[in-house]
Amino acid sequence: MTSAAPWGGIAAIVITATTGDVLQARAMKEIGDLGVIRKSQGVLEVACRILTSPWFMSGLFFMALAFFSLLVTLSWDDVSIVGPASASLTFIANALAARLFLKERVDHRRWLAALFVACGVALLAH
Amino acid sequence: MTCRKYLILAAVAVFASCGDVCLARGMRDFGAVTTGNWHQLLGVLLNLWVLTGIGLLLLFFGSYLTALSWADLTYVLPATALSYVLMAFLAKLFLNEHVTVSRWLGIALITVGVGFVASGPAVTPAVGTHCERHEVEVVGSGARGDA
Repeated sequence: MTSAAPWGGIAAIVITATTGDVLQARAMKEIGDLGVIRKSQGVLEVACRILTSPWFMSGLFFMALAFFSLLVTLSWDDVSIVGPASASLTFIANALAARLFLKERVDHRRWLAALFVACGVALLAH
Repeated sequence: MTCRKYLILAAVAVFASCGDVCLARGMRDFGAVTTGNWHQLLGVLLNLWVLTGIGLLLLFFGSYLTALSWADLTYVLPATALSYVLMAFLAKLFLNEHVTVSRWLGIALITVGVGFVASGPAVTPAVGTHCERHEVEVVGSGARGDA
């Protein structure tokens, strides 16, 4: 296995996981606080609302793709590099995607966190 | 933030790290996936470690969705990043992986980044809303005040 292969796998995880995360966050924002819905209408209503959301189902598809990418990449390299590297880069991609597609307010504090995470990822790669 | 909400964020971190470590242990039994054996990949779903990993990741998914229902995506992801630290400890303890000093430093930096986000409000008004500035102040003070 070439040394570039695990990074190709990590890139695949980041793209599919970010797409899945954004779609699922969109779904959960539309559905509302699950704790409140569970208390007032029960667990079945919670499950029903989640499973009938097209945003959630699309997100689930991309999360499944991310899962299989993770499974394959874990067979190429250590979990202590694949796990943090893919999750951290997904975090940075999510900050951009959340600002663009979810219109979240990504303030200085959150961008600074992204910078620290990026430096952390660079160290993980050594 | 209530105690219950902090517990949900902690559950996201614990289930994610334990799930990933179990998957890694299971994939070691299978070996490296290549063009010659990829069609046997579905067989790993019968591996006990992979099954346990999938179970833990389902629990992670439930707690993650719950957190997303009351917090921003850009808050939930970094706020649960302590899973990286847990994952490194578990990989060292149970998989005998070598975690170098630079990797520990990387994990430390990621954790500091988490601290920045976790100390802020969990949810913010959407960009471009009519009364953004006022709402940010209200949400910010609320998140710090009800802990």
